[in-house]
Amino acid sequence: MAEAPSSAPRAPVRPLSPHLTIYKWPITMAMSIAHRVTGTGLYFGTALLAWWLIAVASGPNAYSNFQMLAGSWIGRLVLFGYTWALLHHMLGGIRHLIWDMIVGLDREGREWLSWATVVGSVTLTLLIWIVVYFFTGGLR
Amino acid sequence: MGAPNHNMRTPLARVRGLGSARSGTEHFWRQRMTAVANVPLTIAGIVIVIALLGRNHAAAAQILGSPLIAIIMLLFIFSVATHMRIGMQVVIEDYVHEEKMKFALVMLNTFYAIAIGLASAFAILKLSFGV
Repeated sequence: MAEAPSSAPRAPVRPLSPHLTIYKWPITMAMSIAHRVTGTGLYFGTALLAWWLIAVASGPNAYSNFQMLAGSWIGRLVLFGYTWALLHHMLGGIRHLIWDMIVGLDREGREWLSWATVVGSVTLTLLIWIVVYFFTGGLR
Repeated sequence: MGAPNHNMRTPLARVRGLGSARSGTEHFWRQRMTAVANVPLTIAGIVIVIALLGRNHAAAAQILGSPLIAIIMLLFIFSVATHMRIGMQVVIEDYVHEEKMKFALVMLNTFYAIAIGLASAFAILKLSFGV
Protein backbone atom coordinates (compact mmCIF):
# COMPACT_ATOMS: atom_id res chain seq x y z
CA MET A 1 0.00 0.00 0.00
CA ALA A 2 1.67 3.17 -1.16
CA GLU A 3 -0.70 5.84 0.22
CA ALA A 4 -0.23 7.27 3.69
CA PRO A 5 -2.73 6.19 6.36
CA SER A 6 -5.73 8.54 6.55
CA SER A 7 -5.34 9.01 10.30
CA ALA A 8 -2.03 10.81 9.74
CA PRO A 9 -2.67 13.16 6.82
CA ARG A 10 0.39 15.30 7.50
CA ALA A 11 2.86 12.42 7.34
CA PRO A 12 5.19 12.90 4.38
CA VAL A 13 4.72 10.39 1.59
CA ARG A 14 8.07 8.74 1.27
CA PRO A 15 9.08 6.44 -1.55
CA LEU A 16 8.85 2.76 -0.66
CA SER A 17 11.50 0.32 -1.66
CA PRO A 18 10.24 -2.25 -4.16
CA HIS A 19 8.71 -5.31 -2.53
CA LEU A 20 7.49 -8.80 -3.54
CA THR A 21 4.75 -7.46 -5.82
CA ILE A 22 7.25 -5.50 -7.93
CA TYR A 23 9.99 -8.00 -8.61
CA LYS A 24 9.96 -10.62 -11.31
CA TRP A 25 10.11 -13.86 -9.35
CA PRO A 26 13.50 -15.49 -9.56
CA ILE A 27 13.25 -19.30 -9.60
CA THR A 28 15.20 -19.49 -6.32
CA MET A 29 12.60 -17.30 -4.61
CA ALA A 30 9.70 -19.30 -6.07
CA MET A 31 11.26 -22.56 -4.87
CA SER A 32 11.95 -21.11 -1.43
CA ILE A 33 8.29 -20.17 -1.09
CA ALA A 34 7.21 -23.53 -2.55
CA HIS A 35 9.34 -25.32 0.03
CA ARG A 36 7.55 -23.57 2.86
CA VAL A 37 4.11 -24.00 1.30
CA THR A 38 4.63 -27.74 0.63
CA GLY A 39 6.04 -28.17 4.13
CA THR A 40 2.95 -26.57 5.61
CA GLY A 41 0.72 -28.74 3.42
CA LEU A 42 2.56 -31.88 4.49
CA TYR A 43 2.22 -30.82 8.13
CA PHE A 44 -1.55 -31.09 7.85
CA GLY A 45 -1.33 -33.97 5.39
CA THR A 46 0.42 -36.11 8.01
CA ALA A 47 -2.97 -36.28 9.73
CA LEU A 48 -4.16 -38.26 6.69
CA LEU A 49 -1.31 -40.73 7.15
CA ALA A 50 -2.26 -41.10 10.82
CA TRP A 51 -5.92 -41.51 9.83
CA TRP A 52 -4.99 -44.25 7.34
CA LEU A 53 -2.90 -46.15 9.92
CA ILE A 54 -5.62 -45.85 12.55
CA ALA A 55 -8.21 -47.02 10.00
CA VAL A 56 -6.18 -50.16 9.27
CA ALA A 57 -5.70 -50.76 13.01
CA SER A 58 -9.41 -50.19 13.74
CA GLY A 59 -10.74 -52.91 11.45
CA PRO A 60 -12.39 -53.67 8.08
CA ASN A 61 -15.18 -51.09 8.42
CA ALA A 62 -12.95 -48.11 9.16
CA TYR A 63 -10.57 -49.31 6.46
CA SER A 64 -13.24 -49.56 3.78
CA ASN A 65 -14.51 -46.09 4.72
CA PHE A 66 -11.03 -44.72 4.21
CA GLN A 67 -10.62 -46.65 0.94
CA MET A 68 -13.91 -45.22 -0.32
CA LEU A 69 -12.90 -41.63 0.46
CA ALA A 70 -9.36 -42.07 -0.87
CA GLY A 71 -10.76 -43.60 -4.06
CA SER A 72 -13.21 -40.76 -4.74
CA TRP A 73 -12.15 -38.09 -7.22
CA ILE A 74 -11.51 -35.55 -4.46
CA GLY A 75 -9.59 -38.15 -2.48
CA ARG A 76 -7.41 -38.92 -5.49
CA LEU A 77 -6.86 -35.22 -6.08
CA VAL A 78 -5.70 -34.78 -2.48
CA LEU A 79 -3.44 -37.83 -2.74
CA PHE A 80 -1.99 -36.57 -6.01
CA GLY A 81 -1.26 -33.19 -4.42
CA TYR A 82 0.14 -34.95 -1.35
CA THR A 83 2.50 -37.00 -3.55
CA TRP A 84 3.76 -33.90 -5.33
CA ALA A 85 4.17 -31.90 -2.10
CA LEU A 86 6.08 -34.78 -0.50
CA LEU A 87 8.46 -35.17 -3.45
CA HIS A 88 8.88 -31.44 -3.94
CA HIS A 89 9.68 -30.91 -0.27
CA MET A 90 12.06 -33.89 -0.34
CA LEU A 91 13.96 -32.62 -3.38
CA GLY A 92 13.92 -29.09 -1.96
CA GLY A 93 15.35 -30.48 1.26
CA ILE A 94 18.13 -32.25 -0.64
CA ARG A 95 18.84 -28.93 -2.39
CA HIS A 96 19.15 -27.25 0.99
CA LEU A 97 21.45 -30.01 2.26
CA ILE A 98 23.66 -29.48 -0.81
CA TRP A 99 23.71 -25.73 -0.10
CA ASP A 100 24.52 -26.47 3.55
CA MET A 101 27.75 -28.07 2.31
CA ILE A 102 28.54 -24.78 0.50
CA VAL A 103 28.11 -26.37 -2.91
CA GLY A 104 26.06 -24.97 -5.80
CA LEU A 105 25.65 -21.49 -4.38
CA ASP A 106 26.86 -19.58 -7.46
CA ARG A 107 24.24 -18.19 -9.85
CA GLU A 108 24.37 -21.10 -12.26
CA GLY A 109 24.38 -23.74 -9.51
CA ARG A 110 21.56 -22.35 -7.44
CA GLU A 111 19.31 -21.77 -10.46
CA TRP A 112 20.01 -25.25 -11.82
CA LEU A 113 19.23 -26.81 -8.44
CA SER A 114 16.02 -24.78 -8.14
CA TRP A 115 14.80 -25.83 -11.59
CA ALA A 116 15.80 -29.42 -10.85
CA THR A 117 13.56 -29.33 -7.77
CA VAL A 118 10.39 -28.46 -9.67
CA VAL A 119 11.14 -30.49 -12.81
CA GLY A 120 12.15 -33.48 -10.69
CA SER A 121 9.13 -33.34 -8.40
CA VAL A 122 6.62 -33.07 -11.25
CA THR A 123 8.32 -35.87 -13.22
CA LEU A 124 8.53 -38.20 -10.23
CA THR A 125 4.92 -37.51 -9.24
CA LEU A 126 3.66 -38.36 -12.72
CA LEU A 127 5.86 -41.48 -12.84
CA ILE A 128 4.57 -42.71 -9.49
CA TRP A 129 0.95 -42.19 -10.52
CA ILE A 130 1.53 -43.92 -13.85
CA VAL A 131 3.03 -46.86 -11.93
CA VAL A 132 0.07 -46.84 -9.54
CA TYR A 133 -2.49 -46.81 -12.35
CA PHE A 134 -0.96 -49.18 -14.84
CA PHE A 135 0.89 -51.65 -12.66
CA THR A 136 -1.26 -51.98 -9.57
CA GLY A 137 -4.67 -51.54 -11.13
CA GLY A 138 -5.40 -48.09 -9.66
CA LEU A 139 -6.59 -47.27 -6.21
CA ARG A 140 -9.38 -49.83 -6.01
CA MET B 1 43.48 -13.23 28.11
CA GLY B 2 44.99 -10.11 26.55
CA ALA B 3 42.17 -7.84 25.35
CA PRO B 4 39.65 -6.67 27.95
CA ASN B 5 36.19 -8.21 27.63
CA HIS B 6 33.91 -5.57 26.12
CA ASN B 7 31.17 -8.14 25.71
CA MET B 8 28.02 -7.90 27.84
CA ARG B 9 27.79 -11.68 27.88
CA THR B 10 29.35 -13.59 30.73
CA PRO B 11 32.17 -16.02 29.96
CA LEU B 12 29.87 -18.90 30.97
CA ALA B 13 27.18 -17.79 28.50
CA ARG B 14 29.79 -17.58 25.76
CA VAL B 15 31.08 -21.07 26.50
CA ARG B 16 27.59 -22.52 26.52
CA GLY B 17 26.91 -20.78 23.21
CA LEU B 18 23.14 -20.97 23.54
CA GLY B 19 22.39 -17.38 22.46
CA SER B 20 19.28 -15.32 23.13
CA ALA B 21 16.85 -18.14 22.31
CA ARG B 22 18.59 -20.30 24.96
CA SER B 23 18.51 -23.38 22.81
CA GLY B 24 21.56 -22.82 20.65
CA THR B 25 21.66 -24.61 17.31
CA GLU B 26 19.77 -27.65 18.57
CA HIS B 27 16.71 -27.05 16.38
CA PHE B 28 18.84 -26.22 13.35
CA TRP B 29 20.83 -29.40 13.68
CA ARG B 30 17.86 -31.64 14.50
CA GLN B 31 15.97 -30.27 11.48
CA ARG B 32 18.83 -31.28 9.19
CA MET B 33 19.34 -34.65 10.84
CA THR B 34 15.67 -35.57 10.45
CA ALA B 35 15.77 -34.18 6.88
CA VAL B 36 18.54 -36.63 6.01
CA ALA B 37 16.64 -39.47 7.71
CA ASN B 38 13.42 -38.48 5.93
CA VAL B 39 14.87 -39.03 2.45
CA PRO B 40 15.25 -42.85 2.56
CA LEU B 41 12.27 -43.20 4.92
CA THR B 42 10.00 -41.21 2.58
CA ILE B 43 11.05 -43.32 -0.41
CA ALA B 44 10.41 -46.49 1.63
CA GLY B 45 7.09 -45.06 2.83
CA ILE B 46 5.92 -44.33 -0.73
CA VAL B 47 6.86 -47.87 -1.82
CA ILE B 48 4.96 -49.34 1.16
CA VAL B 49 1.85 -47.25 0.47
CA ILE B 50 1.87 -48.21 -3.23
CA ALA B 51 2.33 -51.87 -2.32
CA LEU B 52 -0.70 -51.65 -0.06
CA LEU B 53 -3.03 -49.91 -2.52
CA GLY B 54 -6.00 -51.95 -3.55
CA ARG B 55 -5.43 -54.68 -0.99
CA ASN B 56 -8.17 -55.82 1.35
CA HIS B 57 -8.07 -55.08 5.06
CA ALA B 58 -6.59 -58.40 6.15
CA ALA B 59 -3.66 -58.09 3.74
CA ALA B 60 -3.01 -54.43 4.59
CA ALA B 61 -3.10 -55.17 8.33
CA GLN B 62 -0.75 -58.12 7.94
CA ILE B 63 1.80 -56.24 5.82
CA LEU B 64 1.79 -53.09 8.00
CA GLY B 65 2.17 -55.25 11.10
CA SER B 66 5.10 -57.30 9.81
CA PRO B 67 8.30 -56.45 11.75
CA LEU B 68 10.37 -54.86 8.98
CA ILE B 69 7.53 -52.71 7.60
CA ALA B 70 6.38 -51.73 11.11
CA ILE B 71 9.90 -50.65 12.11
CA ILE B 72 10.33 -48.58 8.93
CA MET B 73 6.94 -46.92 9.48
CA LEU B 74 7.75 -46.19 13.14
CA LEU B 75 11.07 -44.58 12.18
CA PHE B 76 9.30 -42.62 9.44
CA ILE B 77 6.63 -41.33 11.81
CA PHE B 78 9.15 -40.40 14.51
CA SER B 79 11.41 -38.53 12.08
CA VAL B 80 8.52 -36.80 10.32
CA ALA B 81 6.82 -35.70 13.55
CA THR B 82 10.09 -34.23 14.86
CA HIS B 83 10.83 -32.50 11.55
CA MET B 84 7.36 -31.05 11.06
CA ARG B 85 7.20 -29.74 14.62
CA ILE B 86 10.41 -27.73 14.21
CA GLY B 87 9.41 -26.59 10.72
CA MET B 88 6.01 -25.32 11.77
CA GLN B 89 7.52 -23.58 14.81
CA VAL B 90 9.77 -21.62 12.46
CA VAL B 91 6.76 -20.67 10.32
CA ILE B 92 4.81 -19.55 13.40
CA GLU B 93 7.74 -17.51 14.73
CA ASP B 94 8.17 -15.88 11.32
CA TYR B 95 4.58 -14.74 10.87
CA VAL B 96 2.95 -14.47 14.31
CA HIS B 97 4.35 -11.53 16.25
CA GLU B 98 1.77 -11.16 18.99
CA GLU B 99 3.43 -12.81 22.00
CA LYS B 100 0.45 -14.60 23.55
CA MET B 101 -0.80 -15.91 20.22
CA LYS B 102 2.70 -17.04 19.27
CA PHE B 103 3.12 -18.82 22.60
CA ALA B 104 -0.24 -20.57 22.22
CA LEU B 105 0.41 -21.64 18.62
CA VAL B 106 3.90 -22.96 19.36
CA MET B 107 2.39 -25.01 22.18
CA LEU B 108 -0.49 -26.21 19.99
CA ASN B 109 2.07 -27.17 17.35
CA THR B 110 3.86 -29.40 19.85
CA PHE B 111 0.57 -31.00 20.90
CA TYR B 112 -0.32 -31.70 17.27
CA ALA B 113 3.06 -33.24 16.42
CA ILE B 114 3.03 -35.47 19.49
CA ALA B 115 -0.61 -36.49 18.93
CA ILE B 116 0.00 -37.41 15.27
CA GLY B 117 3.21 -39.26 16.10
CA LEU B 118 1.75 -41.16 19.03
CA ALA B 119 -1.52 -42.05 17.28
CA SER B 120 0.36 -43.39 14.25
CA ALA B 121 2.83 -45.32 16.41
CA PHE B 122 -0.01 -46.79 18.44
CA ALA B 123 -1.79 -47.96 15.27
CA ILE B 124 1.38 -49.59 13.92
CA LEU B 125 2.18 -51.30 17.23
CA LYS B 126 -1.40 -52.52 17.55
CA LEU B 127 -1.19 -54.11 14.11
CA SER B 128 2.23 -55.51 14.91
CA PHE B 129 1.32 -57.09 18.21
CA GLY B 130 -2.03 -58.22 16.85
CA VAL B 131 -4.20 -57.21 19.77
